[in-house]
Amino acid sequence: MKNANSDVMDYLEGMEIISHNILNKVDSLYTSYDYNSYTQNDVKIALSKEVLDLNDFAALLSPAATDFLEEMASRAKMETFKHFGNAVSVYTPLYIANYCENYCVYCGFNCMNKINRAKLSEQEIESELQAIAKQGFKEILLLTGESRKKSSVEYIGKAVTIAKKYFATIGIEIYPLNIDEYAYLNSLGADYVSVYQETYNKEKYAEQHLFGAKRVFPYRFNAQERALKGGMRGVCFGALLGLDDWRKDAYATGCHAYLIQKNYPQAEISFSCPRMRPFINNKENNPKDVHERQLLQVLLAYRLLMPYATLNISTREQESFRNGVVGLCCNKISAGSKVGVGGHDGEEKGDEQFDISDSRSLEEINQMLEQKGLQPIFTDSQYLI
Amino acid sequence: MQEDKLVIGGREFDSRFILGSGKFSLKFMQSVIENAQVEMVTVALRRANIGGGNNILDYIPKNITLLPNTSGARNAEEAVRIARLAREVGCGDFVKLEIIGDSKYLLPNNSETIKATEILAKEGFIVMPYMYPDLYAARDLVACGAAAVMPLAAPIGTNKGLSTKDFIKILVDEIDLPIIVDAGIGRPSQACEAMEMGVSAIMANTAIATAGNVDMMAKAFKNAIIAGRQAYSAGLGRVLDNKAEASSPLTGFLED
Repeated sequence: MKNANSDVMDYLEGMEIISHNILNKVDSLYTSYDYNSYTQNDVKIALSKEVLDLNDFAALLSPAATDFLEEMASRAKMETFKHFGNAVSVYTPLYIANYCENYCVYCGFNCMNKINRAKLSEQEIESELQAIAKQGFKEILLLTGESRKKSSVEYIGKAVTIAKKYFATIGIEIYPLNIDEYAYLNSLGADYVSVYQETYNKEKYAEQHLFGAKRVFPYRFNAQERALKGGMRGVCFGALLGLDDWRKDAYATGCHAYLIQKNYPQAEISFSCPRMRPFINNKENNPKDVHERQLLQVLLAYRLLMPYATLNISTREQESFRNGVVGLCCNKISAGSKVGVGGHDGEEKGDEQFDISDSRSLEEINQMLEQKGLQPIFTDSQYLI
Repeated sequence: MQEDKLVIGGREFDSRFILGSGKFSLKFMQSVIENAQVEMVTVALRRANIGGGNNILDYIPKNITLLPNTSGARNAEEAVRIARLAREVGCGDFVKLEIIGDSKYLLPNNSETIKATEILAKEGFIVMPYMYPDLYAARDLVACGAAAVMPLAAPIGTNKGLSTKDFIKILVDEIDLPIIVDAGIGRPSQACEAMEMGVSAIMANTAIATAGNVDMMAKAFKNAIIAGRQAYSAGLGRVLDNKAEASSPLTGFLED
């Protein structure tokens, strides 16, 4: 078991080690990123380019870009429309378990928090999935807390197998796996993987992840690459903005995704942008606030760096913000979200990881999209294994 | 005057405009089809939500020929499987082969496309491959049984027009199949220009879906494509590029 005195770069037994090339590059870019060195002229140059590079991205995340949000939004809208038309993918998450073996200071699910823990049985998973499918969803995101013991790969595999009966697209947001384990879940029907690095600042990462497998920084960092090597179609990136310096974390997230795409050109890249929200025991951290204006700057910068990537807008954000960014820069939105365990076919069986700010149903999200002239899309991929 | 039909895989079409459907609101589909007077519409199988809500197949009139595409396929094997699935769900034998292994530029992979064309043509599909305009690849596609060749004019979705004009012209001159320009056409004038140089048909989506008035733009494209075809059929008059023509012969000093 990793503990607070261990080096976050040391792997635990059983963790597969792959190349650190991308990690080293991102770490170097992260370390040298001095956002105060960028000027308004750098921002103007970035906005004048057809294809942006990482230096342009750095400028768009800098304080110098804060006066250019409108220009960035205008360009982002054009890029979003160019790549996705008015199609917006709609999905819902299902937490199947909330057991966790990690002590992450900021997280409501962490193993030190006395919350109601639960894990759905196969029968309960089926019933939840049936209830979700009946609403019209064709894409599901299956989530667990990070406990290999309580939510084994085999258990998750069973959930994926059940989900395959009802859904065209299955994503997983679980603890990081080895390549063969990703390949196994891919063979059962899962085809995209979300892993959040939380922060790319290794010192901060060590302070925030006191023990558990999650304390191993490089194993988490390389999860997306292992997932692609395991045959997954797409991978999602995100930092928990507000945990550390959000500009640097957003920059590192973009660099990470950019370099993965460069090395795995077939990969479908997604971003999610969670930021700190209220949860149990949250009094001391959150060093730099991320307000909606800052969050929008990050989303717009992601869109301009990688116009073809999927940008997902979290239910942590309030209705007006979600309505504003969908179609502008975001092309994927969740609906009918529950963040406790289960809850789609009745009572939630375990406590929630965080508070959601937008509890609109699928029907309400569809109505909003249609009022904005956008087209809700329920299925946008073809699983072929 | 002889009827000027577009013939693909033995099927005749009056319209030389093929509509892409991936970027529209479904509620506009019917009126855009009417305004564009298209007879063939592409459908991404991955968007077909059979039996569910917002199923694109429910929005396309029955008299329209479906052209299911294999978008999402990253290699020949995936494309073949998507084509077979499309046939199974009743989309017919036409297939627009799209094989893209790069999520950034969305450029077609010609070598994988050739492999898939060979397999699908043998299975009786009417294969219309999307390709980067390369003469060798086009010849291979012909040899493998393609029913048309669909070169890109510019990167998909860019509306940049005929960036690959010279290479498309080579295909028009050398390939004895309909050449259908598939991606990058942003304006009716560009569609017209492509038709003037002998392209058989135009496929467009983004240019119409992103227009201020989609119905009006659909109609503008229809008219431009007709005009371009008529100009090609009429035979363009002599155009002198940046050259003056002397009114007196420059070789008049030669002795008879």
